[in-house]
Amino acid sequence: MRLPGLVLPVLLVSAVACGGGAPSGSEDGGAIDINGAGATFPYPIYSKWFFEYHALRPDVRINYQSIGSGGGIRQLTNRTVFFGASDGPMTEDQIAAAPGAILHLPTVLGAVVPIYNVPGLAADLRFDGTLLADIYLGTVTKWNDPAIARLNPGVALPADDIVVVHRSDGSGTTFVFVDFLSKVSPAFRERVGVATAVSWPTGVGGKGNEGVAGLVSQTPGSIGYVELVYAEQNRIAHGAVRNAAGAFIRASPAAVTAAAAEAAANMPADFRVSITNAPGEAAYPIASFTWLLLYEQPEDKARSRAMVEFMRWALTDGQQHCEALGYAPLPPEVVSLELAALERVAVS
Amino acid sequence: MNLRSPDLGFRLSAGAFALALAAIVVAIGVELTRQSWLSITEFGFDFWRSSEWDPVSGEFGALPFIWGTLYSSFAALLIATPVALGIAIFISELSPSWLRTPLVFLTELLAAIPSIVYGLWGIFVLVPAVRSLQMVTPEFLRQLPLFSGPPLGIGMLSAALILAIMVVPFTSAVAREVLRTVPNTQREGAYALGATRFEAIRAVMFYARTGIVGAIMLGFGRALGETMAVTMVIGNNPQVSASLFSPQHTMAAVIANEFTEAADDLYLHALIEIGLVLFVITLVVNALSRLLIWTMAGGGGTAARAKA
Repeated sequence: MRLPGLVLPVLLVSAVACGGGAPSGSEDGGAIDINGAGATFPYPIYSKWFFEYHALRPDVRINYQSIGSGGGIRQLTNRTVFFGASDGPMTEDQIAAAPGAILHLPTVLGAVVPIYNVPGLAADLRFDGTLLADIYLGTVTKWNDPAIARLNPGVALPADDIVVVHRSDGSGTTFVFVDFLSKVSPAFRERVGVATAVSWPTGVGGKGNEGVAGLVSQTPGSIGYVELVYAEQNRIAHGAVRNAAGAFIRASPAAVTAAAAEAAANMPADFRVSITNAPGEAAYPIASFTWLLLYEQPEDKARSRAMVEFMRWALTDGQQHCEALGYAPLPPEVVSLELAALERVAVS
Repeated sequence: MNLRSPDLGFRLSAGAFALALAAIVVAIGVELTRQSWLSITEFGFDFWRSSEWDPVSGEFGALPFIWGTLYSSFAALLIATPVALGIAIFISELSPSWLRTPLVFLTELLAAIPSIVYGLWGIFVLVPAVRSLQMVTPEFLRQLPLFSGPPLGIGMLSAALILAIMVVPFTSAVAREVLRTVPNTQREGAYALGATRFEAIRAVMFYARTGIVGAIMLGFGRALGETMAVTMVIGNNPQVSASLFSPQHTMAAVIANEFTEAADDLYLHALIEIGLVLFVITLVVNALSRLLIWTMAGGGGTAARAKA
């Protein structure tokens, strides 16, 4: 009879304990330890960078905990980590709550792709934003709906029900996806809105990219959305999406970088920009930066110096590691803007 | 005095451990309340009644999660209890002795499987099986609220089944130990009065009834708090539905799913209040089962008191 009383507190304690976290590393004997926490999406490229950079500069060791964007922002605000990372830019409220000015630095690009499981389909499907929004609102419910047929002429579509699959956990993937749908569909913005977790009008939730992909592969007639990186690494077929210029684009690192390049032209000074539905013939529309978050006036200047040097390396030489891991590298225009912005971080 | 002092030290340290446990429970309750204060003051009792869960507009209500947790746990209990008691009775009363050890080993092995493994097995094996079961459900049954909705596979039925499988080893292990503590004189007495084997087992069950209720409640507590396996097969759609076929959500699952990305204060507090609600419900369930055991303990509850 004791077990239920025990299991639950353990669960809750571990949930609550996430709010705490390790103190920043200490500096001894010239070696510099830097701690960061945040988004899970860029974790593979970040750990690759930190590993490669440690080989270059053995005196700098950067540790990163992929606890989620929300946790990263919280820990940065509490100053329990030196830098944070987030898949969505910080909101005005979050910026106001932070004890100092925070610099948003885009590091790499990600994209979200629609995946589907329609048995007996002869060709890859094509979508546009309005159609995806209507499917996720539950107003388009059959695969042979005229709205789908119009975008896919000549494809024999079954009369099956559409099973909508979305993420059940809060995630940057959801943020990017609903950000795009809200931009193209006023009804979607009205009914659902933009956040890392939203109130879905229909469908079932899978936990993580693997949960969504698992549900879609198991459920005939289903549609879901996952990170491009995840779809590429697991060789999951994904549909093309119509961009703002009217072209159907199948996601690829190059198409994502193209979307970011279009955005660079009118990049705001704080880099908090959404690049979904970007203009440009070659731009993939469901794309986003992921950001690394730094205080502009950190207390620890030695760490700050090391971190700024690392960022310079990551934004230039580090970008070559992107493609192998499935990320889209930053366009050169954005990199030069960021190198200039790094000057704002106090190092002495 | 020399003989007494280690005794005193033992009593003090054991007492301190017992008090520490009580202090931890109180501290958890206080901390959960403190960390969910924004949500408690904002929504009050409506938090327990509202079905709205919208992080975008900042509307939070726990009802679908409370419903899903209780529904899935009760359904799991209904499926698991007969199976677990059957296993316990077979092992302790009927099994040939050479089969006993392998059977005990196998049921306890089930308890050692990590829940994420159950979840993956659920997605790839159980859910397709449940979907084919739903496909062949006759139309007149599909009209009932209990079986309404499209055949997704994912949903309450899959969650209840996977919970039941996870609960069985706990309930059966405790029930088996309880049955073992029933003195043999009880069985011999029953046979001496001319009882059949079934009647003798019934007498043993009656003797051990409080302990068996304890075993069942242990399984229930396990089902209430289970997170990972459930979230992978239940569909994670917060709705209050009577249907076994519909995707639903549980309290533990929503915390695990949304905690990491909840950057907004009210959102975070609402999630922690879900934890508080789960904490309260678990306390109430434990208290009720304790009450049940006390009221039943009128006759011959020694085995139960040893175990419960």
